[in-house]
Amino acid sequence: MADTMAANPGKRDSGLASEDARNAAKEVRARRMRAFLFVVPLLVFITFAFVAPIATMLFRSAYNPTVAELVPASLDTLKEWDGVDRPSDAALTQFAIDLKRLANDRTSGRLAEEINRFMPGTSSVVKSTARKLRRVEDAELQQSGVDLLIEANEAWANPQVWRALQEAGRTYTSSYYLTALDLETAPDGTIQQRDTKIYLKLYGKTLWMALIITVLTLILGYPLAFYMAHSSTARANFLMVFVLLPFWTSLLVRTTAWIALLQTNGVVNSTLIALGLTRDPLEMLYTQFSTIIAMTHILLPFMILPLYSVMRGIDPSYMRAAMSMGSRPIPAFLRIYLPMSLPGLSAGALLVFIISVGYYITPALVGGTDGQMISNIIAFHMQQSNNWELAAALGSLLLFLIIALYWLYDRFVGAGNIKLG
Amino acid sequence: MRGFPEYFTIWHIAGHYALRAMAFLVLAFLILPILVIIPLSFNAEPFFTFTQGMLALDPEAYSLRWYSEILNDQKWTLAIWNSFVIGIAAAILATVLGTVAAVGLASPWMPFKRIITALLLSPMIVPLIIIAAGMFFFYTSFGLVGTYPGLIIAHAALGVPFVIITVTATLTGFDRTLFSAGLSLGASPIKVFWDVVIPLIRPGVISGGLFAFVTSFDEVVLVLFLAGPEQRTIPRQMFSGLREQINPTILAVATLLVVVSIALLVTLEFLRRRSERLRGTG
Repeated sequence: MADTMAANPGKRDSGLASEDARNAAKEVRARRMRAFLFVVPLLVFITFAFVAPIATMLFRSAYNPTVAELVPASLDTLKEWDGVDRPSDAALTQFAIDLKRLANDRTSGRLAEEINRFMPGTSSVVKSTARKLRRVEDAELQQSGVDLLIEANEAWANPQVWRALQEAGRTYTSSYYLTALDLETAPDGTIQQRDTKIYLKLYGKTLWMALIITVLTLILGYPLAFYMAHSSTARANFLMVFVLLPFWTSLLVRTTAWIALLQTNGVVNSTLIALGLTRDPLEMLYTQFSTIIAMTHILLPFMILPLYSVMRGIDPSYMRAAMSMGSRPIPAFLRIYLPMSLPGLSAGALLVFIISVGYYITPALVGGTDGQMISNIIAFHMQQSNNWELAAALGSLLLFLIIALYWLYDRFVGAGNIKLG
Repeated sequence: MRGFPEYFTIWHIAGHYALRAMAFLVLAFLILPILVIIPLSFNAEPFFTFTQGMLALDPEAYSLRWYSEILNDQKWTLAIWNSFVIGIAAAILATVLGTVAAVGLASPWMPFKRIITALLLSPMIVPLIIIAAGMFFFYTSFGLVGTYPGLIIAHAALGVPFVIITVTATLTGFDRTLFSAGLSLGASPIKVFWDVVIPLIRPGVISGGLFAFVTSFDEVVLVLFLAGPEQRTIPRQMFSGLREQINPTILAVATLLVVVSIALLVTLEFLRRRSERLRGTG
């Protein structure tokens, strides 16, 4: 009874005793609970191992308590400041005291680094002042902190430095997102574009390279998938090995292969010279060209596999019918075959595009300077410039982009249709 | 040559051969770069190209020196060991959790199925550099950076989507009444799961595990950010080799990895056929 009830929850029998209905509802709940219990362990694991880290990163891109924790009292006195003239003497004195404390705690370097992000060049101002104030007595700082500060470095008379300190002191900030979008806050508080576009250009270049790679994989993949789909099963399976072997081969191996091929003294150059096509070796490695060709090679199977599985299901008699009735091959292909292969085409194209937008390894290894993509600058900010917040903001923007693309993929292709092997 | 239909003009036939030529060129583009590194790894000279001697098939020009270099270099032997330890541990973790979850997800009673599935598959979609950045911030606070457990957990998270996909695929042909039958005969759910469900979905579980292993075995971005010098894996070692000093040892390692991937390909194909046979669709 409970079974039939549960299977048709919409069709309640009006004559049913209320106790039966309650039992049925209980049974449904129990079954839902049981199914859910199977998923709980993995859900807990993924939340800890994957979701929480990503959430932390998103949070971190807008949260920076470092300066607020280093000089809380100074920031407090700066609240009164009008932001136009030099801040009050009390504020300067307080900052001199704070800076002395940081100098003795050996944390003034961190403050210097943080302020420097908002006003390049201030790092040395903070560091030299900290050195000079380290030995000064507290009482003397209370007395003439203002003069000592400005004596140490006259930059402290400049309101802009104080605005930088104030900006850096915000615990929650949109400044990293502004930087990631090549925007900045003008002295009067309005948001304006930076003179040099670094990150927007890089996002543009990343999308452009991903587009080129997608188009290349499509141009190369479509004919091969078409040929395989119209071969006998035995032949198609045999040819499939040549698609699957690269697919299963380590990414590093394939990148290594391209380095071996494209090096100045590599296989391609040796062949070209031996054939007399060029006298001097071509510089192909460490360029945008090598990044695009290596990534096209690496991502080609992702285009071929969905195309092939869709094409295999297209009845060849449609094309034959069109052509036997006098259609020429190209119109018949464009009006009949191409629309029918569109699901595979859009799946492959979106997949290749999504993967290439976030690519890191291949551009890092064969890209040189002009083949770098957005992932590489994120890694740079994490490893070399130690600007984690900016890395997190750039990463969050990339994540939003990927989610938007994935939403498109889900709408047009259906995420549940992902198949492997 | 097979016959062409009568309505085919010379252009149809030319098009047919052009398509075939194009298909074979693309296949060559796919496979040649991988095949080319195999002979190069036997180069007696420290070059990345074919020497005159190699082209003349002079046995002197070939050697196994780069292979013996791998075995004699502690960095490489450690990397090989690490790759297998981390890969196997991550694959087991992902397979156990993923298989159990896939059984729950395949149930018609599963609540919030769409959103949970999307969540569990998301490690496959998010770019590795973002995952690496997030994990680096987060794992540092648990002292997991630079440790084996840290890397194993990270790689298991990456492998989970593959296990879910392969096991779910096997479960679509699974007759759920078998589960009820087991329960009605008095077995506990765990016993039914172990004795009835698992044997039937085993091919999917094994191939999911293999996917998870390969994902870890091949992964380098997370290793770059999360591993200390003690946890360097093969791809990590190759990465620094390619950046710092390129020598054919990397080609020898690459050749060994190609052999590994051929073995994997054969195993998966075998599993696929077996699964089709079991489900009666092959």
